[in-house]
Amino acid sequence: MINSGDTAWILMSTALVMLMTAPGLAFFYGGLVRRKNVLATMMQSFFVLCLISIQWILWGYSLSFGPDKGHFIGSLAWIGLKGVTMAPNPDYSSTIPHLLFMVYQMMFAVITPGLITGAFAERMKFSAYAIFTIFWATLVYDPVCHWVWGAGGWLRNLGALDFAGGTVVHVSSGMSALVCALYLGKRRGYGREPMPPHNLPLTILGASLLWFGWFGFNAGSALGSNELAVWAFIATNTAAAAAGLTWMFIEWKATGKPTILGGATGAVAGLVAVTPAAGFVSPLSAILIGIAVAFVCYTAVAVVKLKLAYDDSLDAFGVHGIGGTLGALLTGLLAQKLINPAGNNGLFFGNPKQFGIQAIGVVATIAYSVTVTFILLKIIDAIVGMRVPDEEEVIGLDITQHEESAYTLLD
Amino acid sequence: MKLITAIIQPHKLEDVLQELDKNEIHLRTVSDVIGCGRQKGRTEVYRGRKETGGCLKKVRLEIAVNEDFVQPTIKAIMAAAKTGNIGDGKIFITDLVECIRIRTGEKGQEAIG
Repeated sequence: MINSGDTAWILMSTALVMLMTAPGLAFFYGGLVRRKNVLATMMQSFFVLCLISIQWILWGYSLSFGPDKGHFIGSLAWIGLKGVTMAPNPDYSSTIPHLLFMVYQMMFAVITPGLITGAFAERMKFSAYAIFTIFWATLVYDPVCHWVWGAGGWLRNLGALDFAGGTVVHVSSGMSALVCALYLGKRRGYGREPMPPHNLPLTILGASLLWFGWFGFNAGSALGSNELAVWAFIATNTAAAAAGLTWMFIEWKATGKPTILGGATGAVAGLVAVTPAAGFVSPLSAILIGIAVAFVCYTAVAVVKLKLAYDDSLDAFGVHGIGGTLGALLTGLLAQKLINPAGNNGLFFGNPKQFGIQAIGVVATIAYSVTVTFILLKIIDAIVGMRVPDEEEVIGLDITQHEESAYTLLD
Repeated sequence: MKLITAIIQPHKLEDVLQELDKNEIHLRTVSDVIGCGRQKGRTEVYRGRKETGGCLKKVRLEIAVNEDFVQPTIKAIMAAAKTGNIGDGKIFITDLVECIRIRTGEKGQEAIG
């Protein structure tokens, strides 16, 4: 039975999650790069929105949620949305149209490859990016999505808890981002030349839009206009706030001054970490998640990255990979059936097994996405080359990849 | 004729312009520049990474004057731009070979004022 309240909320949530990719992610990343690369960076988010929207209709949805094949991937039975109708599919939600579930999930498939762009910002060839994205979405996102959320997926069968995509979205993209950063190497002059963000107000706007859109991402994952959505909404906002606050205080202590970039980064890390947990944890647990992820991600981004000297340019790995992993594991500690009877208790609530299951989910996702990403990079590099030539990197990607520029001297 | 180029602290620009006006020196060009001298650059921290760019925001004033106005212009700038700290900037004076007013085609001393 289709419920109009549920349908209205998921329609709204779908639009909210769309907003996270463009303008949210586009502005968040766009402000962090140098002025010569701002359009190319925003283009990567905008392009992925167009590209994966189509991929999802044609074959992505079928591979992710279609009839199960060996617990690993969906079959191609629903290719071109064949058989996906207004009738609800009880495997996913019995109160909203199946087509609505499809388009809601589309926005998750869109943003996930978009997150990776933070790792190779300012140096990747656009053609290589386009090819990488379509293959990554098909060969990494779609299978991992099926494992965790698809009917018959092996992690779903195992009982792994991932409310809104901690492993599906953030671990898969964040770990692939690290592979990209290592494979492509540093930007020219990284560590020698200054590369400060060119427009932090854009970044703050983007981070705030991400936060706003995340209500659709997490509270929408209740797939209904119900109490669970309210729990998820509260956990989401609480973790973001706790993590933003904690990050700013860490900076205040460590470097003498709290920064708004730190606050925004912390809030995004909090949102990432609470994503798998949102519909399973209490508000107090959300505070714990926020505080923990701020400490862990701050260490990854401001200490470990600088020591190891890899160029994860906009911290796609440091925030999404690390934050997503921590969130998935903390879900195994803090989940409560009291919040969500359809979920399970975590280790702190008497069910140590859940932590192990979460760990299996994380390890499998990391191993799979890292391997496939590496192979993809190797092949695409051999065919079209991943990096722009040095000279084009110096001139900037806006001009060399797209022949346009964001800021001109003319009126 | 001389070209006076002054590099000053951005926050002293209003004071300098007022002081020049008081001395009837009304023609000037102002631009935003970055650079550094003894003051060195300023360190900024982004996600824990220190950026020591070495360049600070300054303002450049360019004023072309006849000989009579050289000293008053220098005095006005010195009076208004000085804080006594490093980073107050510098004044450069160069000989000006020619000056042509585009609208009328006037040259030299007449064109300048």
